[in-house]
Amino acid sequence: MLMQFYRGLPALIAITLLLLGWEAYARLSGISPTVLPAPYRVIEQAWIYRQPLWENTLPTIRATVFGFACSLTVAFLLSVLVDFFNPLRQALFPIFIISQTLPLVAIAPLVVLWFGFGLAPKILLVALVTFFPMLVALTQGYQSTEEEFEQLLASMGAPKWKRFLLARLPSALPYFFAGLRISITYAVVGAIFAEYAGAAKGLGIYILNAKNNFRPDLVLAAVLVSAVLTLILFGLTLLIQRLAMPWTRSALGSGR
Amino acid sequence: MTPPRLELTGIAAGYADLPVLQDISLTIGPGEFVSILGPSGAGKSTLFRLLTGALKPARGEILFDGRPLDTGSSPFAFMPQRDALMPWRRIIDNTTLGLEVQGISRHQARKRVEPLFDEFGLSGFERHYPSALSGGMRQRAALLRTVVQNRPMLLLDEPFGALDALTRAGMHRWLENMWMRHQWTAMLVTHDVREAVHLSDRIYVLSPRPAAIIEVVDIPLPRPRVRTGVAGAEAARIETAILDTLLSPYEGQSS
Ligand SMILES: Nc1ncnc2c1ncn2[C@@H]1O[C@H](COP(=O)(O)OP(=O)(O)O)[C@@H](O)[C@H]1O
Ligand SMILES: [Mg+2]
Repeated sequence: MLMQFYRGLPALIAITLLLLGWEAYARLSGISPTVLPAPYRVIEQAWIYRQPLWENTLPTIRATVFGFACSLTVAFLLSVLVDFFNPLRQALFPIFIISQTLPLVAIAPLVVLWFGFGLAPKILLVALVTFFPMLVALTQGYQSTEEEFEQLLASMGAPKWKRFLLARLPSALPYFFAGLRISITYAVVGAIFAEYAGAAKGLGIYILNAKNNFRPDLVLAAVLVSAVLTLILFGLTLLIQRLAMPWTRSALGSGR
Repeated sequence: MTPPRLELTGIAAGYADLPVLQDISLTIGPGEFVSILGPSGAGKSTLFRLLTGALKPARGEILFDGRPLDTGSSPFAFMPQRDALMPWRRIIDNTTLGLEVQGISRHQARKRVEPLFDEFGLSGFERHYPSALSGGMRQRAALLRTVVQNRPMLLLDEPFGALDALTRAGMHRWLENMWMRHQWTAMLVTHDVREAVHLSDRIYVLSPRPAAIIEVVDIPLPRPRVRTGVAGAEAARIETAILDTLLSPYEGQSS
């Protein structure tokens, strides 16, 4: 615990220095707070506006989690299919790669146009940005399986599906979690983007309104909330990884 | 002479356009410990791939108890090069892997391996993950996983290649003892001459790739083998002779 604190210390110092520098500049240069608000003011305003901020955060969380859950489910099912039928991979991967080249600014308004202001377009956009990274992570994970495990299982008479369950799936876990950590940050960004393009409530639309009302302090307050949200989700994936991969926790992992 | 358990005649095999095995014929009788000795890259692991069915021979015949291999379930329990312990399974679950694949329940499988942990020097480590074990213990765990499958014959691919010399020498004694007690039929693949001489009843020496058998050496020394006295001197003499053959493969080539 103490070790981890010390390892995080340089980052903590860097962030503190950055914020202090910003605060000093905002106060001493006489720049208007409607252009660059000081960090203190952002936090103060975030506290004052905590009620509307929270109300706008909930829909974003909902869109992120639902969208991510959908994308994960589909990515997992497809990764298994692709692992068993290689031609499928050759047929589908080019499409997915193209889907990754679409600029979000162009897609988001279209998706809102087609699916309205509800939850559906958000889920779709979150899925769009997270699906492919997860699929690639899983596919690479399966392929990272040590040849020896497969040969061993084959020599034991294990059919292909058993080899998948006993060797390929567990081998993919580290890749899966690496993909998960990247995707979860994309997911929050995707959700906010979808709301920005059109929503009744959400951090994205809150940011848009604050900007239109010349309140950069509230824009930054919303950014702060989304950053905290991302960090919490990131931390959650780390926690799940520790629970799901106990053998990496300590070399001397005994007990039941 | 008793009929052989495993009989290979005129085997040739390779990958794509790389011929690896050229002409391999050998026999292993019941309860025999036989080694295949050859330089790295000669095709020793490839030979095991043929036996475990991962690769088909281009030529030749493989008979087990007089029947071709591809009928029914495999008679071999295979120990791959490197221990191939799965890092996400506790030692006990690694050793039961073969039983689990056979469809035996986890509870039953554990009951079957648990009594063997002591003999394999692993008691107390049942619930550890492989990363917590020393190299020698990992090899013993891998060997335990191999023998509990209760197959008629063991295939061991360089089981001690990754160990330091001292641990390896200890493992040789231990394995010889286990073999004498359990009367396994075993085929060992190695590039370690001393290991082959210590453990084997008979050694087939491979040439570099494309591999053919350049020498067959019977080791009639008493067991357990020692490195002292007349028997020790004889073992050393055989080692030197084999080493000479291996280091000048072209002079030694007969066929
Ligand atoms: N799957 C494979 N595909 C192509 N070539 C291979 C494959 N496996 C091994 N080889 C080649 O076959 C030769 C023999 O390999 P191997 O049987 O593993 O040797 P050994 O176990 O004696 O060290 C080597 O030259 C190796 O590069
Ligand atoms: Mg090898």
